[in-house]
This record gives sequence, C-alpha cells and structure tokens, in this order.
Amino acid sequence: MTSNSAPARPPVTHKIDVIVQRDRQIGWMLTIPALLLLIAVFAYPIGLAVWQSFITKNLGTELQPQFSGIQNYIRMAQDGRFWQSLWNSVVFTTLSIIIEFLLGLGIALVLNQAFRGRNIVRTIAILPWALPTALIALAWTWIFNDQFGVVNDLLLRLRIIDSGINWLGNPTLAMVAVIIADVWKTTPFISILLLAGLQSIPDDLYEAHRIDGANAWQSFWQITLPLLLPQVVIALVFRFAQAFGIFDLIAVMTGGGPGGATEMVSLYIYSTVMRYLDFGYGSALVVVTFLLLVLAVAIAAYLLSRVRGSAQATDAR
Amino acid sequence: MTRTDPTPTIAPSETQQAMLELRHLNKTFSPSVVPVKDLSLSVKRGEFLTLLGPSGCGKSTVLRMIAGLEQPTKGQVLIQGEDVTHKPPGDRNISMVFQSYALYPHMTVADNIASALKLRKIPEEEVRQRLREVSHFLGLEALMERKPSKLSGGQRQRVAVARALVRRPSVFLLDEPLSNLDALLRENVRAELKQLFESQQAPVVYVTHDQTEAMTLSTKVAVLNDGNLQQLDAPHQIYAEPANQFVAGFVGSPQMNFLTLPCEAGAARLGDRSFPLPPPLSHARQVILGIRPEHVRRAQPGDTYTFEGKIFLVENLGMHYLVSVHIQATQQTTYTLRLLLPSDATWEGDSLQIALPPETIHWFDAETGSAVRQ
Amino acid sequence: MTTQPLDRTPSPSKPSISWKQWALPLSVGLIVVFCLAPALWQLLTSFKTNEAIAAIPTVYFPSEFTLEHYQELFERRPFFNYMLNSFVVATLSTVLALGLGSPAAYALARLRLQGESILVGAILVVTLFPPILLFLGLLNVVQALNLGNNYLSLILPYAAINLPLTILVMRSFFQQLPRDLEDSAKVDGYSTVGLLLNIVLPLTLPALATTGILAFITAWNEFIFALTFITAEPMKTIPVAASQLGGASIFEVPFGPIAAATVLGTLPLVLLVLFFQRQIIRGLTSGAVKG
Repeated sequence: MTSNSAPARPPVTHKIDVIVQRDRQIGWMLTIPALLLLIAVFAYPIGLAVWQSFITKNLGTELQPQFSGIQNYIRMAQDGRFWQSLWNSVVFTTLSIIIEFLLGLGIALVLNQAFRGRNIVRTIAILPWALPTALIALAWTWIFNDQFGVVNDLLLRLRIIDSGINWLGNPTLAMVAVIIADVWKTTPFISILLLAGLQSIPDDLYEAHRIDGANAWQSFWQITLPLLLPQVVIALVFRFAQAFGIFDLIAVMTGGGPGGATEMVSLYIYSTVMRYLDFGYGSALVVVTFLLLVLAVAIAAYLLSRVRGSAQATDAR
Repeated sequence: MTRTDPTPTIAPSETQQAMLELRHLNKTFSPSVVPVKDLSLSVKRGEFLTLLGPSGCGKSTVLRMIAGLEQPTKGQVLIQGEDVTHKPPGDRNISMVFQSYALYPHMTVADNIASALKLRKIPEEEVRQRLREVSHFLGLEALMERKPSKLSGGQRQRVAVARALVRRPSVFLLDEPLSNLDALLRENVRAELKQLFESQQAPVVYVTHDQTEAMTLSTKVAVLNDGNLQQLDAPHQIYAEPANQFVAGFVGSPQMNFLTLPCEAGAARLGDRSFPLPPPLSHARQVILGIRPEHVRRAQPGDTYTFEGKIFLVENLGMHYLVSVHIQATQQTTYTLRLLLPSDATWEGDSLQIALPPETIHWFDAETGSAVRQ
Repeated sequence: MTTQPLDRTPSPSKPSISWKQWALPLSVGLIVVFCLAPALWQLLTSFKTNEAIAAIPTVYFPSEFTLEHYQELFERRPFFNYMLNSFVVATLSTVLALGLGSPAAYALARLRLQGESILVGAILVVTLFPPILLFLGLLNVVQALNLGNNYLSLILPYAAINLPLTILVMRSFFQQLPRDLEDSAKVDGYSTVGLLLNIVLPLTLPALATTGILAFITAWNEFIFALTFITAEPMKTIPVAASQLGGASIFEVPFGPIAAATVLGTLPLVLLVLFFQRQIIRGLTSGAVKG
C-alpha cells in the first residue's frame, strides 16, 4: 500500500451484499426439496380438488367426466346428508373441545403442582395422546359394548341403569361415546401445551401478587389465565382442526352410524369417494370443508395476534 | 464531531505498512438503522487498537465487517494492503475470539484449537508442533483432551485465545473476551492478555465497552458513538485531552463534572468568579466547563477559583471519598459537583471550600460539544 | 423439595391446608385412573379366556390368563408382518422428514431467505390440514403413478405430514443455537455445507431425536392413507389390519384377538413414551408454541 486513501475519493459502494446473497442461494437449495414435497402432498391435492369440484366425474358410472360448473355445489346445498354431517361435525367438535379444554386445564394445573412421583404421572398423562387412534377406537368400542362392555357393567352395579344400554346403537349415545373416546385420546395434548405455558409463568409474579394481598383464586384469574391465553388459543386452534377432520376414531367405532348419527363431514367425503366413487362431488365437499377450516383458523389467528399483543403489554407492565 | 482525519497515524516518513486499514466503512441496515456511518482508520504491526463505546455504538459491527461476517454497505477493508472486502472470513487470515468463546462443544480442546489449521491442510506434523507450542504457552497441556463443558470459565477463555493464536493470523480480532468472566478473574486475565499480545507481531483489534480494559490494554483507543468515530488516540491522550464532551464523559470514573456556564465578554461566570475562555469561544453565550472529580481539590491559600460547596452526599469508595456538593452560583442557579477526597480527609460541618485548578479544566462548545483547547 | 410432609407444613391458613391435603392426591389419582384405565382394560381383556370375556356380569379379576389371542394373531394371521410393515414405513418416512426438514429449518432460521416469515406462516397453517382433505387428491396421484400397494404411497405423504412439525421444532432449536458458534466456524474457514455437517449437525442430534420420535409416532398411527392406498392384505399396517379383524361371521366379533392386536400395536409407542417422555413434551410444545 503506497498511496494513502485520499479523503476526497468517494467511498466504494457495494450494491449487492455478497454474504447475504450467498446465504440465500444455499438457503433456497436447502429449502426447496422440503417445499416440493409439501406442495405435492398439501397444495396439489387441494388444488386438484378445486379443479375437480367443477367437474362431474363419477367412476361408478360409464359417463365420461365433463365440466359442469357449479353443479356440484348446487347439489351440495340441497344435500340433506351433507348438512347433517356438517352439523354432526360441529356438535362433535364443539363439545369435545370444550370438555377437553376444561379437563386439560385441570390436569395441567394439577401436574404443575409439586408432588412425589410427578414425572411418572406426567408420563402417564401423555400416554393416550401417543397411541394410535384406530386402535384406541377398538378399545372404546369394546368398553361401550352393549352386552359385555365394562361401562354397562359398572352402571348396572351402581344401579344407575336396570338393563344394558346399546351405546353405539343409539344416535345420541353414540355421539356421547365417540366424544368420550376423543376426549380421552386428545386431552393430553392440551394439558401438555398448557402445562408448558404454566411453567413459563415466573414464580415471582405470583409472589408479588400475594404480597399485594391476592389469594390463590384471584391469582388464577388475574395472572394464570391472562398469561396462559396464547397457549390456550394455540391448543384450541390445533384441536379444532383435528376434531373437525376426525376420521379414524369414528370410522372404527361407529362407521358413522347408527343411521348417520355420527357421520362427520370427513366420513361423508370418504364414502362419497370410496363407496360411490363420485370424485367430482367428493372434491366439492373437500373444497367446502377446506374453506370452512381456513375461515375458522383465520378468525383464530386474528384472535391469537390480539391475545399475543395484550400478553406482551402485560409483560411490559 | 470527528476530530481525526481519515489517515491520522500514517506520517509520510513512516514506511511501515498498515496491517489493517478501514476506508470509509459504512453499514446501513435500513435508512434509520446505520450502525456504522463512516469509519476510516488503520492499524500497524504490534499495535493494540481498542474500539470503545457504549452498547449499540457500532463497534461490534465494525469487528464483524473486518472479520467478513458482514459486508459493508460502503467502504473497503484492507488487510496487509489487499482489499478483502469481498473475501469470505476463512480466506482473510484473521482470527477472532468471541464473547461467548464459541468453542465447539462436541470437540476436544485440541480439536477446537486445531480445527482451522486442519481446514487449511497444514501438514499434520506442523499442526502438532503448533498445538504443543500454544498449549505450553497458555498452560493448557493438561486440558487438551477435555470437552469444553468440562472446563472452567477462565479455561474456556484461554482455549479461545489459543485457537486464535495458533492461526498466526495477520490480525487478531477480540470481541469483549473478558465480559463473561467474574470480576476477580477478569483482572488477572486482563493482565495476562496484555503480556500475551505484546509478544505477538500481528496487531489486535479489541472491542469493549469497558474503559478500564481499553485504557490498560491498548496502544490506541478509538471511541465510537452512534456509528461515528469520536476520537482515535493513545489511552492517556483520550483521558487527558478528550476530543469532545462524549469522550470526556465516557472515559474516566467517576465521571467528569460538566457545568454549563453563561459567558460574558470572553469569560465564563461561575458565581462571583469568572474564567477567561480560550479565543475560539470568546463570542460564545454559553460554554460547558468540564473537570474530573479527581482534579477538584480543597482550597488552599493562593487558589484563585475557590467556591463554597454544600455537601449533600458522601460515598465511601474505600481509597477515596466521593463527595457531592452544591455550589450556589447565583440566587437562582445551583451547580452540582463531585470531587474525590483521600480516605484520611476530615471536614467539619456540611460545607467545604473547594478549588478548581484552571490547568485541569476542559472547555467544550455548548452547541457542538467539541473540546476547545486553552 | 417436591413434596412437603403434609402434617408438618406450616401455614397461617389452616382450613386451606386440610382442603389441599386430600385434593391434590385425589386429583392425581383421578388423572392416573383416567389415563390408564381404558388402556389397561384392553390389556386385561387380551389375556382373558373367551369365556371370561363373554361372561355376564363382567369378570374383573380373571382366575386364569391365556396367550391364545396372541397366538391366534401370530399363527393364524400375519401380525408379525403388519408390525414390520408399520415399522418400516414409519422409520423410512421419519428419516425422510428429518432429512428434508432439518436443512430447510436451518435455512429458515439463519439464512435470511426472502419471504421467510410468509413461508413459516404457510408451514404452520399446513399443520392444521386434516388428512381427509388430502386423500382424494393423493388418491388421484397414486392412481396416476400406479403407486397403489407400494409403500412409497405411504412414506412420501407421511414424511410430508411430518415436515411442518419437523421444520418448526428444528427451526426453533437452530434459533437457540448460539450464533457465535457458526461465526467462529466461518472464521475458521468452514464452508456453509462443511459448517452444517461438522459443527451444526453434531449439536443437532438431541433435537433430531425429539422430532424423530414425534414423526415416528404420527406415522405409526396414521390410518386413512394406509386404509386407502394399501389394499393388499400382507402389506397392511397395524392400525388398519387391527381395525379390520373380523370373525367367521358378523355376529362373532373376536374381542380377544382385537384386544391383543390393540396391545401389540400400542406397545412400541408405550415404550417410546416411557423412555422419551421429556423429548416428546419438548418437541410438542416447541413445535406448537414457537411457530
């Protein structure tokens, strides 16, 4: 270096940030394989369903597929079985989520306490979540069996009933039974999330609140619940989507019966496609279910963003 | 604000080449986030340059640009005269000690130290030789086969330094390497570092927000604030002749006293005394008087600038008392002043006659904050 | 530290202590019963003789235990095959999900991609898609590519179903990794790929285990794709095979073998939960909450 940099010379400007650019190039190379698989398995089927929903395509008939505009949607609007299945899904989803949330919150609060053997109990408490739903459905079918089922036996012994109930043969009771099974299977998911939320609330908040003169009940409403709200919303959104699309549990336990009393949208879609081979109409059902789900999730996401905003405001305070 | 010109230290007669040179370095993340505005400086063989400033002043960004972890938006980085602005960090022949030490947790100490050498395909025999030297030099022989998690904080720090030394780089970069050590250890390691790098040829660029580290370790200190270079000088110069009010306030502890005084006819008034101002300030309406607490003393016969201070706070620092007093300047204005008194000092009542020795006073332009020499 | 001896706990408010004395153990007991009873009942049934199973009133403490239902599953039906099928499909799809997902997660955590937050948001939304919405379109693909009764028709969708969770969990892990470590490796001279393989990957193993376990559980449990795309009897996975167990006639439901099949299909997962409880909880919470 012989010449000193003359102060008059303007500084060299670099238009492209090579480091960022290099990072991005590699980044896309690492991301694209995963994105392709995601597109193939998530985006493409939905897109295909949208396209097919405008086509009359029934592999059960000899007819060639043909474009039929919104015919499938018109048919859906007049299809009592569709509306029934939608209603069933709404009832199932709402009831099971509410029960699961209350139960899950209770379990999380208990597991958040200090007691001997807490780790073992925590392990036990996540067990139902990990087990295959289809097999769990078999277990519950057996438990609710009208002749030999343990539920009837217990109720008889407690003299609550005089004769065995045909749980899965009665429209209302079948719904009750599948909800109970679903609650058993998925409450652990909610308690895990809520427990994590509870553990992230610093103890000194409670201590400060107690010094302010609050009792446990007041602390629960004024500290625990507000700070837990983000986890609550997240858990509910996840559970909503899963419950709304529930298939295996119902398919194995009742097959949608008796008389369609537990036929959810998902089961209706499945039999439309697999039994009646009506791909066009099945696609329309998929599209509508998808849109309903997106709508619900969008609402939840909006709520979540507000909850998070207010939670941060609480933190700042 | 910048007192120094871009090439402050290279006198024409000096033939020694700058090991590291920064030319008009600028980093712009967004129009409102410009951590480094326009920085030019150079570092020569054997120098120890400290970038000193409060957090967010841009000092770490400068270091990351030298290392090649960030690309400057404008300007160039030259190492041994070669423009390396676009070279990846691994090709720059620099080594860096990180604040968190950044030891690879899954590698032994030996592998940690040797990893850069192995990547450069240095013959195995030489790698072993260099490992032996550096481990002996830093007293790490017994730890070579351990994993970082089995080391104490001080040991980790030494491994991080070893990893930098073994490279024999053109420039050493150190990013707050002492800030993760507890206070006691820090002083020992600081002394160690000073000796260690004095024995090295390659210059050091050291980032810290700790003025003690800057003053004790460096041959040159660059004080940065808000992305701008405030002053680049030897440590004693920084202390004795701060270029502006920011540097004066940032360096020195307890902090320098600043009194904003009204001016009249080329003199600043404090109570019934008036201080003649240096010529550039003769027309100012206001001026800032700066004086370090260690330079304020109790009045002795013959002192010109004496005041009565009302004591309102005494803090015992062990070696000194830090005494805070109010000076009643006029009916309406009171000034606060802090001074250091020796620990054997005694006084009666709550007032103290104090003197401001004029040769220790710094004058600052009230508008720009720049220092004006007597 | 975890449990206070109840009688020695000093407290100013006596009534609440006596309330707590029984409330906590009682609720813990209820939770344990609630979570275990249905599964244990199935376990008990699987060891009961047919007579005990069909006895009225119900037998709670059978006098004899039998392995005949298990024998039936292994000797008269290919249940070993079913378990192996499930194992192979779940393992391969897990490996694929980790192999594709972790690099993407790293890129989304560190490499400053354009539209990163949109991508992450889209991936998060995708976790909410129930498989029933996908099976129709995938069925078209499977038919078009002639992949029916080919494990690829399960492995690829399972990997895809597990990708979002993998990406989200791994991304949050990478974000917690100290950045200095990667910077240090760059200064040492590692290339980006070398850095990923030599520095990041070894540190990632625990997180990979966490996500891998979750992915394996999901794949093992999947029902609708396995039901639709695999129709050849010996190729079925265990949830489908168990749900299709039938007797000689509709009136003769083989409760014993069904219970045994449930136990067999559940056992691997029970073991996973017992050994990896911590990892599972960590994975689930970081995947859902950090997104």
